[in-house]
Amino acid sequence: MDRQLEVLELLAENARLMIEQLATMLNMSEEEARRLIGQLEESHIIFGYRTLINWDKVGKERVTALIEVKVTPQRDVGFQAVAERIGRFPEVKTLHLMSGAYDLAVFIEGRTMQEVAFFVATKLAPIDGVTSTTTHFVLQTFKEEGILLEDGDGDHRLVMSP
Amino acid sequence: MTTGKWAERLNPTVRDIKPSGIRRFFDMASEMKGVISLGVGEPDFVTPWRIRESSIYALEKGYTMYTANSGLPELRQEISRFTADSYSLTYDPNHEVLVTVGVSEALDLALRAVVAPGDEVIVPEPCYVSYQPCVALAGGTPVSVPTRGEDGFVVTAAQIEAAITPRTKALLLCYPNNPTGAIMPRAELESIAELCASRDILVISDEIYAALTYEGEHTCFAGLPGMRDRTILLQGFSKAFAMTGWRVGYALGNADFIGAMTKIHQFTMLCAPITAQMAAIEALKNAREDMHRMVNQYNYRRRLVLKACREIGLPCFNPGGAFYVFPDIRPTGLTSEEFTERLIREEKVAVVPGNSFGDCGEGYIRCSYAASVENLTEAFKRIGRLVQRTP
Repeated sequence: MDRQLEVLELLAENARLMIEQLATMLNMSEEEARRLIGQLEESHIIFGYRTLINWDKVGKERVTALIEVKVTPQRDVGFQAVAERIGRFPEVKTLHLMSGAYDLAVFIEGRTMQEVAFFVATKLAPIDGVTSTTTHFVLQTFKEEGILLEDGDGDHRLVMSP
Repeated sequence: MTTGKWAERLNPTVRDIKPSGIRRFFDMASEMKGVISLGVGEPDFVTPWRIRESSIYALEKGYTMYTANSGLPELRQEISRFTADSYSLTYDPNHEVLVTVGVSEALDLALRAVVAPGDEVIVPEPCYVSYQPCVALAGGTPVSVPTRGEDGFVVTAAQIEAAITPRTKALLLCYPNNPTGAIMPRAELESIAELCASRDILVISDEIYAALTYEGEHTCFAGLPGMRDRTILLQGFSKAFAMTGWRVGYALGNADFIGAMTKIHQFTMLCAPITAQMAAIEALKNAREDMHRMVNQYNYRRRLVLKACREIGLPCFNPGGAFYVFPDIRPTGLTSEEFTERLIREEKVAVVPGNSFGDCGEGYIRCSYAASVENLTEAFKRIGRLVQRTP
């Protein structure tokens, strides 16, 4: 498991590492690295590779909202059935069950505020078991996936030093 | 060497110090755009935020004054604790710890404290560029002991013994080594320790790269039998915590040595900057995990660049510490400086010629892997192209 953890930590940091680089960095053969990654993908421990994009800079119209959802849990399945129903909508980007004042935290993306509001009113709120929703629109993103979205300052070091 | 109109009025020792061999290449690389630099002797990480933040907080709270000459008591405590944790060595924070303006100052103080006119200091080479000049400025005579790539740049007790004369006062060690990345096998250090004890030689051990040891555990020279009181141990925050610009380091040793160094320090420097000392406290108390994270990253890159050296046909021994590889460029038929110059001009990659660190570094180049994986990959591709074009 230690080796798996090392692979995961490196890929979590940089998904673009090539097998060859990864294997060298971890002092293992390429075959072993390939086998480990295969296992991790098969068992859905690694469930995807994505690119992090600062959409604000693209200039495309796009809004994100956090919807606090209160749910009446159901016998035997608790929140599971409602969560699955909500999670299947492609508009829903992230979905967590929370402790505290509400139950589900639903992150939704849409082109406009109207589009998101319409989705909440017509799809999310009417779901059986959903008792209330509160919509919060994201105004600005400063940090995502552990990375600050400010432009990098670059390398301030002298070009050469002893 | 200084040769202007007023040169003859200068202190001859200062006048005769050779300018750094790096300067010419620095100017060359600075003038070009798109240069990937592997010539930098410092981490590519920025100081961890928690350390920077604690220093900002200290400024806000008004910590802007002098500290005790030997450093903030809390910092000396933490240094003492850190050293005990790391090497099971105890130093009294009140009399055996001195906080300095980087290890550079600590080294200068140590030399000035122990070297009398005419004393010789044995310096294994290749070594950091300041060692020889600092010995000379302290009034001593540096005695070089060349080491060889074939031996992994390890210095042996026999080589040191051969350099001992009746005037030998001290031995200056630096492992993990800048520029080679070499670490010393413990057994060899033990032999050197025995030699120093039997011939009554002091040891100044610059262990600034100690935290960056990848093959086994770092052996602290002062921790070897009988060496604690004979050794002035120098360490700092620059490499382990990515704090080069803060200029804060420290010296550990017996009360006589540290007392003498403190005397010089109080008249020349007074104290290390308080903001840097406050940051250093946070580093030792709460940033050890950040340090481990950075050390892991260096180790990953070390393996990448070693493989890259092999693939482009430059022999390179396996360096166990620091963040440098020191490949052998003799197969190209070029000298270190020729190779470095052509590499900058033709491929826009900056490295440091090995002869900047002593004559026995000729035939080698120092490449720092304190750079991103992307830059390292691209840089070695370019170095490979130059190697292809040479005989």
